[in-house]
Amino acid sequence: MFKRLEENPTETVMVEIEGTSVRVPAGESVAAVALAHGLIHTRTTTISGKPRAPYCMMGVCFDCLVEIDGKPNRQACMIKVAEGMRIRRQHGAGE
Amino acid sequence: MKSHYPLVIIGAGPAGLAAATTASEHGIETALLDEQPAPGGQIYRNIESMPTQRAELLGSEYQRGEKLVQLMRSSNTHYFSDASVWSLNGQLELGVLHQGRAHLIHADQVIIAGGAQERPVPFPGWTLPGVMNAGAGQILLKQSGLVPSDGVVLAGSGPLLLLLAWQYLNAGVDVKAVLDVQPMSNWLRAAPYLPKALLAHHYITKGLRYKRDLKAAGVLTRHGVKDLRAIGGGHVQAVDYIHRNKLYSIKTPLLLTHFGVIPQTHLSRAASCAHEWNTAQQCWRPVNDVWGATDIKGISVAGDNAGIGGARTAEHNGRLAAFNAIHQMGHISQGERDKKAKKDLRWMKDELLIRPFLDAMFRPPSIMLTHPTDEEILCRCEEVTAGDIRKVLEEGHQTPNAVKFHTRCGMGPCQGRQCADSVAQLIAYETGTNPRDIEPYRVRPPVKPITIGQLAGMEQNSEE
Amino acid sequence: MKSDVLIIGGGLMGACTALYLAKRGVKSIVLDKDHSGRHASGVNAGGLRKLNRNPAEIPLTVEASRIWSHIQELVDSDCDVKLSGQVRVAESDADMELLETRAALVRELGYEHEQMINRDKLYELVPALAPHCLGALWCEDDGFARPYHATTAFRRKAESLGADFHSHTALNALEREGDNWLASTHMGEIRAPVVVNASGAWGARLASTIGDQIPVKPGAPTLMVTERLPHFIDPVVGAASRKLSFKQMQNGTVIIGGAHMARLDMVNERSEIDYRTMAESARTVTTLFPQMADARIVRFWAGIEGFTPDHIPVIGPSINAPGLFHAFGFSAHGFQLSPVVGRILSELILDGQSSLPIEPFRADRFPTG
Repeated sequence: MFKRLEENPTETVMVEIEGTSVRVPAGESVAAVALAHGLIHTRTTTISGKPRAPYCMMGVCFDCLVEIDGKPNRQACMIKVAEGMRIRRQHGAGE
Repeated sequence: MKSHYPLVIIGAGPAGLAAATTASEHGIETALLDEQPAPGGQIYRNIESMPTQRAELLGSEYQRGEKLVQLMRSSNTHYFSDASVWSLNGQLELGVLHQGRAHLIHADQVIIAGGAQERPVPFPGWTLPGVMNAGAGQILLKQSGLVPSDGVVLAGSGPLLLLLAWQYLNAGVDVKAVLDVQPMSNWLRAAPYLPKALLAHHYITKGLRYKRDLKAAGVLTRHGVKDLRAIGGGHVQAVDYIHRNKLYSIKTPLLLTHFGVIPQTHLSRAASCAHEWNTAQQCWRPVNDVWGATDIKGISVAGDNAGIGGARTAEHNGRLAAFNAIHQMGHISQGERDKKAKKDLRWMKDELLIRPFLDAMFRPPSIMLTHPTDEEILCRCEEVTAGDIRKVLEEGHQTPNAVKFHTRCGMGPCQGRQCADSVAQLIAYETGTNPRDIEPYRVRPPVKPITIGQLAGMEQNSEE
Repeated sequence: MKSDVLIIGGGLMGACTALYLAKRGVKSIVLDKDHSGRHASGVNAGGLRKLNRNPAEIPLTVEASRIWSHIQELVDSDCDVKLSGQVRVAESDADMELLETRAALVRELGYEHEQMINRDKLYELVPALAPHCLGALWCEDDGFARPYHATTAFRRKAESLGADFHSHTALNALEREGDNWLASTHMGEIRAPVVVNASGAWGARLASTIGDQIPVKPGAPTLMVTERLPHFIDPVVGAASRKLSFKQMQNGTVIIGGAHMARLDMVNERSEIDYRTMAESARTVTTLFPQMADARIVRFWAGIEGFTPDHIPVIGPSINAPGLFHAFGFSAHGFQLSPVVGRILSELILDGQSSLPIEPFRADRFPTG
């Protein structure tokens, strides 16, 4: 869905997205690296279980909630990636 | 973070940056709180670490932000990044979450410069993965240098749509179509304001240039598009629309929409400032004067959250609010304030020339604002549809707060940011009321996320 | 307009009174200055609790519990009732002693609903609880409901039986006129032989206009609610020596209360959350449920309620005026009692006496001056 304009960022960190290790530019949001990695949906809703993905990228829609390091309901567009971070899709309320 | 600052400014976009610089230059101890990792707001996001090539793509308007940020950085402003304000009350007590730690601080004057958010406009399929705000596309471009890889359709109305299409074009992105939903009647509505608007022609000349470049590149552009739909199961696969009574479908993995922006009012409402429905801009905004002063003593608003005016106006708003705050604190007389503010006040007068034209021109079609079909989701968090709301309206619960209690619409994590306006407009239409007579959702703190653990840790570090 | 009974306040007590009157064929007009459930009735924590009630309230709470367990029969709605029990946990030997004394008191009064449970039973009921607790007082058939839904259900049922509700209709004045009360409102005058004062935090103000000085003060207890979390707990949890009420609703959100008061501006009917007390409440939660530290708070709110000096309500006839009955001052624990209070009021009005003991709730029990 998205590609990077520039390759070879100067600073990178290693994160895990849905179990896959990925090297990503430091300073980016979790939502941006998930989108760049091709994670089409980042959560399923609590009520109907429908897939959702980042929508506003500025912290006002709360559709990008994911599980980070085992903790559900993290706002992916407002959280910066960090070395060793484990990012997973959130299923419903985080079961 | 100290427990008291004479002036606290919330938001480091153009309004907040200008306000902070102005106040600091006048010797006022000023805290500038911003939730992002770096200053600039959404409009000048990532301005300090922008690679040159990407900066050129974004255009000269973006590069204006560099100087604003530099001036703030070289002033004595106490700038806090990663600092979100989760509460503000009428006593000027602020709840702040700074790098994961909760604080309660006090101020003598507060300027809210939290900016705008995209106007949420429901349409079938708008919750599908692959449907995003155009602003989100721009943030991905500014912050991360991410652009669509397999083509994109842009749809909606407003200047940002054209700007983003133009930026993508320059980045070599396959822009499959620009679908403009503005009804032709907007031209008629806007025409009376055009002569005056031409006096502030910089906006219009820019828009015309984007249009020309898109046309020259052969980008499909449709005007007067109706019945916009995102089609797909697990994610968007196509965009359907009607143009001149004919149904079209474009295959695309990505649809970016934009329907203009609306003020972010959660903080000013939490502080119980009076708000009014603005018919021209189809949104609520805090009641405020030329200095941005609200009806709550010590609280003023500046920039897009005071009423949509754009980035340049926000700078002037920010300075005006700062001059007034400095005056309120007794550092300058009213005469000095007025003298210092002369240039900014003149800009505001010019702004009044162009704004009515833009408001009329880019107003989203009322059919999209007031007639969602029953199956359309209005509340993305709690998955409440227009049909669910019509049902409780029929049962006699005809205010946004009653609808909220009965359907949980607006009770999810976004706290009504994505549904407040659509619910009010739906209720207004269904009950034959003017939106200005509708009491919007009551806003409850915290207006930004805070966890129980963070709150539990608050008392110990509030005096640092 | 004329009516058999005029009820001031369309919240739970007013709506329940209208309902029980209507069931016996008596018409009432119900006035609310806002709308039903705007304040305490609609925004309380929804606890259905017999546990740890003032002894004076026990006969009422036991009967109310019976009504709630069949609430569908009364109001054609389940009000989202969940009877998963309430526990009051002990964290120290002193707590255990306190709870055991309490259990003995309830037993002596002839009731069986409050039972001591040991540590094993407690962790079987509440596995998510931090490991330091020693035991608890347990009321098996307590639980909770959704207050706004309940208030609406009571009102709807009363309306379907002929009660006449008027929202946004404040009482401007109330006077005697012969054998009737004469109420003035923006809709005009209303005459009724009987008036019920069910106006919650505004109850004392109304009482004083007819000469009853009742020391009920408004207050605004605060609640907070989290985002939806995976299901992890069934009973409502309180603590012997902490201010806490902790429950997970059917939708996964967790509602946390404990009578922490907000700052109240009664003139504008607004409350400001006191975050220092909320931080204390959050510390209580993380002590008893450490895994809650990462749960995000979605809302704080406070409802405006009337509090008596002895924290039990005023239920019964006016001190000075014939044909007027009070039911207010429930001191933030009236939700569970509401159906039984409605029934008692209907009995006082129609039979001249209550089927349950209400002597302790007399309006004239407070020292004057």
